[in-house]
Amino acid sequence: MSAVIDSHKEHGHAGHDHHHGPAKGLMRWVLTTNHKDIGSMYLWFSFAMFLLGGSMAMVIRAELFQPGLQIVEPAFFNQMTTMHGLIMVFGAVMPAFVGLANWMIPLMVGAPDMALPRMNNFSFWLLPAAFGLLVSTLFTEGGGPNFGWTFYAPLSTTYAPESVTFFIFAIHLMGISSIMGAINVIATILNLRAPGMTLMKMPLFVWTWLITAFLLIAVMPVLAGVVTMMLMDIHFGTSFFSAAGGGDPVLFQHVFWFFGHPEVYIMILPAFGAVSSIIPAFARKPLFGYTSMVYATASIAFLSFIVWAHHMFTVGIPLTGELFFMYATMLIAVPTGVKVFNWASTMWQGSMTFEAPMLFSVAFVILFTIGGFSGLMLAIAPADFQYHDTYFVVAHFHYVLVPGAIFGIFASAYYWLPKWTGHMYDETLAKLHFWMSFIGMNLAFFPMHFVGLAGMPRRIPDYNLQFADFNMISSVGAFTFGATQFLFLFIVIKCIRGGKPAPAKPWDGAEGLEWTVPSPAPYHTFSTPPEVK
Amino acid sequence: MSSHENYYVPAQSKWPIVATIGMLTTVYGVATWFNDLKAERAESNGPLIFFIGGLILAYMLFGWFGAVIKESRSGLYSPQMDRSFRWGMSWFIFSEVMFFAAFFGALFYIRMWAGPWLGGEGDKGVANMLWPGFEYSWPLLNNPDPKLFPAPSGVISAWGLPLINTILLVTSSFTVTFAHHALKKNNRKPLKIWLALTVLLGIAFLILQVEEYVHAYNELGLTLGSGIYGATFFMLTGFHGAHVTLGALILTVMLVRVWRGHFDADQHFGFEAASWYWHFVDVVWIGLFVFVYVL
Ligand code: HEM
Ligand SMILES: [Cu+2]
Repeated sequence: MSAVIDSHKEHGHAGHDHHHGPAKGLMRWVLTTNHKDIGSMYLWFSFAMFLLGGSMAMVIRAELFQPGLQIVEPAFFNQMTTMHGLIMVFGAVMPAFVGLANWMIPLMVGAPDMALPRMNNFSFWLLPAAFGLLVSTLFTEGGGPNFGWTFYAPLSTTYAPESVTFFIFAIHLMGISSIMGAINVIATILNLRAPGMTLMKMPLFVWTWLITAFLLIAVMPVLAGVVTMMLMDIHFGTSFFSAAGGGDPVLFQHVFWFFGHPEVYIMILPAFGAVSSIIPAFARKPLFGYTSMVYATASIAFLSFIVWAHHMFTVGIPLTGELFFMYATMLIAVPTGVKVFNWASTMWQGSMTFEAPMLFSVAFVILFTIGGFSGLMLAIAPADFQYHDTYFVVAHFHYVLVPGAIFGIFASAYYWLPKWTGHMYDETLAKLHFWMSFIGMNLAFFPMHFVGLAGMPRRIPDYNLQFADFNMISSVGAFTFGATQFLFLFIVIKCIRGGKPAPAKPWDGAEGLEWTVPSPAPYHTFSTPPEVK
Repeated sequence: MSSHENYYVPAQSKWPIVATIGMLTTVYGVATWFNDLKAERAESNGPLIFFIGGLILAYMLFGWFGAVIKESRSGLYSPQMDRSFRWGMSWFIFSEVMFFAAFFGALFYIRMWAGPWLGGEGDKGVANMLWPGFEYSWPLLNNPDPKLFPAPSGVISAWGLPLINTILLVTSSFTVTFAHHALKKNNRKPLKIWLALTVLLGIAFLILQVEEYVHAYNELGLTLGSGIYGATFFMLTGFHGAHVTLGALILTVMLVRVWRGHFDADQHFGFEAASWYWHFVDVVWIGLFVFVYVL
């Protein structure tokens, strides 16, 4: 029963440093409390989900390769779009950032581990459970969730397949996992910093994660609330989302998007932080405007709570509401602009080199900005009446998610792989990975702007003939992007298994405590805290 | 001695994975059960799976908290670890606040906007075309579609049981604080008395709450299915009641620990966390009393 205590007695009295290595075998991973082990598990899980969600995107793009219905039934198509969105958001992007946080935050603030290591393990293992539950519904009678990742009521209540009940509980498990993960991150940052590591000396990745964690704790419970109301409407006869009983389906959208908009910042802020470390390293100049970066991040987080109804311009909200949410949304462009300006200024007159992390980061800045601009277009309420629920929206959020969140994750992975594995990755292949991804994703998503503006609706398995050419281009780009990700897998495995040994600090412009420990980072680091000047 | 130097990193633990398996089993069971009920299937193994999941969770709770208590009592935790626990508990409570915020938000939205619009008021008066005769009032004693959602004949008055319950809970917030003061002065006897009293007040609250629900269901027709008034009423008071139950359980555990001689005047975070939680439950109730019952 008291495995914890006993194993401590074996290793001498607690309070001594734990310089023993990892346990052997499979149970090492199941029972681990080590932030590096848990970080790695998060990252592998995220990559597996990325491939799974990606293969669903391939099904979608294959069906849309030509007009007409060729490959899948419309009902199955809906399940594919829904699961693709859910898996990418909750299974690929969020866990990847939690994995990076696990690996890097203790190393960056000079802590021996995360603040609450057992809870950390719990946060991770809930995810495979949640996604196992969710994905298994695809194979049940009636099929998996088919109401879009935004699961609007009454589509997700009155008209939902049975699997919605499993979906609801899967969301609960993911939420619990995220909240515990976020609590761990906050406690680590606020409580475990090495002496001398003041808040304003923290690397921006730590700052952005601190703010992200706050967002998570604030909105994941709201998501739990909205799915609970669905559960009650479905199984216990309540009428939250049914006007026949005095409720309102629009209520669903308000509560969902109160979670949903901060959620998109949850998926991008950690990427902002990582890129803010990587660009200075390869421009060999300190980050321009550190303090303004911190304040910009905090402002974005604050604003993200008061813009949610920009997703609802067309459902019929009062004019004052339309105006308020339009202007509030546009305000976000200001702190975002500050960030883009700072990244550009950091590169200005730097002695830059373009290794893979830098390539992904530069592409991040440029392409994320495109996504930001299309976001501004969507924020114009009267214009959104035209754009809403078209492929223009799909283009927009993929420009912020793929070259934003995903490129941020790739950049981080290449930047820190030498630290994780002790080997340099294959730079040539990594550059190939970058260029193929870059070309593939632009080819896939840029034409979506055009078909969207021309009126092609989203979440539809068939379309009018005039959209055919652009859709074919999109599909070719999507297949390119998708196939390229196996190259990434290959590069990572190759790097783990061997390669040029990495020095403690493989990038000459890099800064931060993580580069003061050897590569690969020993199983236990900073058992005695470093002194930060 | 710097607190950093003996930072405690627990070794491997089986509890998280047991907890995961327990939770997965539980929710799988519940979901199966609910679906089978709704589809009116004659047989369901949902309840059994749910029950097994519950057992695993109970085993886990005993084991995991047991381990933490042992570690704490054998002095493994530094002041720094103590601070980590405090941050953890505070942010957990904040997450609970946001959970309730979702339901309060729903209540305010219905009362301030959606309800009046449905009754034909303002910009969105078009909603009234659905049920032209519908008139909005709060508490809602006539639903737009009474066949689907039969309205209640009345609602619970704030000045009966709810008022008594308010007094009980507020008093219990004081008694738990008295218990804390006694603990800090190491007066074990008053500590036990105040803490036991707190638990009793919590239980009394729950009994009256059940009484109120029975009354609502049997005499007023105020049910989960009686339209949006019943929905928000039972959602808010029900989740609050669940939290009181949990809080009372936690306090009971603390009482048992006090009885066994745990905690001393300056090391008693477990007790403090329980009392924070109790205060949180109390504050939520004040919000409920004002916005659900009085206004
Ligand atoms: C291989 C790269 C990807 C391709 C080819 C792809 C393709 C698509 C397509 C075609 C849709 C539109 C479905 C429709 O509305 O008809 C879609 C929806 C969506 N995608 Fe992706 N996607 C990719 C990567 C990602 C990533 C990395 C994310 C998240 C970080 C993501 C998040 C979403 C979301 C949230 C939706 C909305 C789902 C819904 O309509 O409910 N996608 N994707
Ligand atoms: Cu938004």
